[in-house]
Amino acid sequence: MNTTNPQLNKHGELQHLLTIEGLPRDIITRILDTAAPFTELAHQEEKKLPLLRGKSVFNLFFENSTRTRTTFEIAAKRLSADVINLNINTSSTAKGETLLDTVDNLAAMQADMFVVRHATSGAPFLIAQHLASTNQNHIRVVNAGDGQHAHPTQGLLDMYTIRHYKKDFTNLTVAIIGDILHSRVARSQIHALTTLGVPEIRAIAPKTLLPTAAERMGVKVFHDMAEGLKGVDVVMMLRLQNERMQGALLPSPQEYFKNYGLTPEKLALAKPDAIVMHPGPMNRGVEIDSAVADGGQAVILPQVTFGIAVRMAVMSMLAGN
Amino acid sequence: MKLQIKNGRLIDPANNIDQVTDLFIADGRVVAIGNAPAEFAAEANNGAIGTIDARGYVVCPGLVDLAARLREPGYEYRATLESEMAAAAAGGVTSLACPPDTDPPLDEPGLVEMLKHRARLPEFAKVYPIGALTVKLEGKHITEMAELAEAGCVAFSHANVAILDTQVVLRAMQYAATFGFPVWLSAQDPYLARNGVAHDGEMAARLGLTGIPVVAETSALGTLLLLAQETGAQLHITRVSSAAGLEMIRLAREQGIKVSCDVTPNHLHLSDLDIGFFNPHARLDPPLRSLRDRDALRAGLASGVIDALCSDHTPVDDDAKLVPFGEAEPGATGLELLLPLALKWGEEMKLPLLDTLAKVTSNPARLLGIEAGTLSVGAPADVCIFDPQSEFRVSRENLKSQGKNSPFLGQMLSGRVRYTLIDGVLAHDGSWH
Repeated sequence: MNTTNPQLNKHGELQHLLTIEGLPRDIITRILDTAAPFTELAHQEEKKLPLLRGKSVFNLFFENSTRTRTTFEIAAKRLSADVINLNINTSSTAKGETLLDTVDNLAAMQADMFVVRHATSGAPFLIAQHLASTNQNHIRVVNAGDGQHAHPTQGLLDMYTIRHYKKDFTNLTVAIIGDILHSRVARSQIHALTTLGVPEIRAIAPKTLLPTAAERMGVKVFHDMAEGLKGVDVVMMLRLQNERMQGALLPSPQEYFKNYGLTPEKLALAKPDAIVMHPGPMNRGVEIDSAVADGGQAVILPQVTFGIAVRMAVMSMLAGN
Repeated sequence: MKLQIKNGRLIDPANNIDQVTDLFIADGRVVAIGNAPAEFAAEANNGAIGTIDARGYVVCPGLVDLAARLREPGYEYRATLESEMAAAAAGGVTSLACPPDTDPPLDEPGLVEMLKHRARLPEFAKVYPIGALTVKLEGKHITEMAELAEAGCVAFSHANVAILDTQVVLRAMQYAATFGFPVWLSAQDPYLARNGVAHDGEMAARLGLTGIPVVAETSALGTLLLLAQETGAQLHITRVSSAAGLEMIRLAREQGIKVSCDVTPNHLHLSDLDIGFFNPHARLDPPLRSLRDRDALRAGLASGVIDALCSDHTPVDDDAKLVPFGEAEPGATGLELLLPLALKWGEEMKLPLLDTLAKVTSNPARLLGIEAGTLSVGAPADVCIFDPQSEFRVSRENLKSQGKNSPFLGQMLSGRVRYTLIDGVLAHDGSWH
């Protein structure tokens, strides 16, 4: 039990999307390739494809999220699926129902796919393992963010964005800046970048916001932002949760911004054609200066658009297309 | 009632015996090894003597377990005395110490007497309660240790609950030392371990699990060792988990500090890598640490820096494990796996069987200060007879414990217990397997 990754079946095909770690490069590439034509769809009069017609997609959000839930909803609807949104932190678990009871009940409603967001690392794995052990393997699970572990569709849409602007991964230097310790986005980005052959991934953060074993994940650690930004092609900012200011991790938003906020001056140290990314929602003046967020190098809004296409690609591939 | 155990390989670490011979039991005690005493010879043919043919089996003292949670009182939905005593007997465990983290905690003589009374059946393992060091395990007021000892407590501990106030630790050690009671404490700084669910290493980083750093163990250990030195208390560190912590204990002993320690089979055989894809059965307290730590613990138990191996038996109901890793209740069932996992360790370390068995018989008995863990003539006839060759698969169905929570589920282990005797009474008969 729990020794094999349930997201690939025994033929190595994608069964669920739970994490980017361990995902073969060709599957990642295939997802990005599949997403490409979907980006065109947005400009057409008829935006819908029939790839998920008759399928029921349940957005199971045990943790609040507007943006991710909405983009998954749009993606599923553009594939003609029936979408049911459940914000479960406000319904059944408050009544004492366990996670797996909720899953069984929804499975009994003939769900075809669960899109799961949960505050605890590993929750989508538990669901996938449970579905396997109860012979409900036909139901697909997409991890829409679990605790501090993974946010694979965000990682994939980030790769789509980088490929769109930079074409090739194998000559890039990428910097990830901010709260890496608590970030599921950063983990998914690191695994994706590593798998796609990015030669240098830099993690820039104070020691309090880095995992102890950060370097073991294949990144080069920098504490000095100016040094870490030198000559990079891609700048990936992370959101800093307000709650990080409450404990002993950081003294104040002001001091954080001074040292780790992305300003035009600091961005100037990167390559002139460097792109700036952010998974949103942004804290302007905390991790990113408005001049950068709204500047010519920012690709933050295209990320959102690409996100829909990438989520469509994931769902359609999981549905067997 | 007389019993002759014939032709077994008798291993008694306390007396350095390892030979094929017969064991003679009368009135609940060992009366002879080797040649039948006169009273047996006289009755040899009248059918009054029971026999067990132990050919091909090992006959050793019943196991002594330093930590088995029976979940009584308070947590009967997780386990009952009956289910866990059946598990103990099936595991060859004939004496066990239970930590005070029951509900209510074992902080009053009445509770201890009740537990001893409930556990008095002849086929039940002998229960040695570890009293709570402070009232309600709140870390504020010390308990009536002398009264508790009279009621049957053999040592005092705080289970896995940290005592925040170091002055209370100092006073508790001083008071315990006054009467010569051992103090058993776990070494984990609750602040450094806050919200932690796994060893703070690469695995935790990858899985996005909040880490418990090794320094949570070593910093707490530093404080406890210095307080033990200061007070002269007999300190026993429960469940050491790291190489660095173990080294501190070794050095402290060299300096004359009275400290002993134990480890669990989980920590000898597993590391944080075994969390795999969030296996909640690998959620343990203290956490499984790195391979390097695991190897140090394996070597430390062999060299004697770690005194004993204990199951740390913690039955957890399914509902508390069928949740995401970080929300799962820590702990693993262990009574029935203590012997097979000890044997596996000993075999992998290429130790003589006698040395391996000492870690689960004579050594823990010495720490508890009880008359157990040996087959000396005159000792209580607490005997474990096992087949070292017989393999079995660890499965929910095979476990008698109400807790089916084991990180070893699905694995093949050898060393099946055939018979368990407690004071000469047959407590487990697994001979039909």
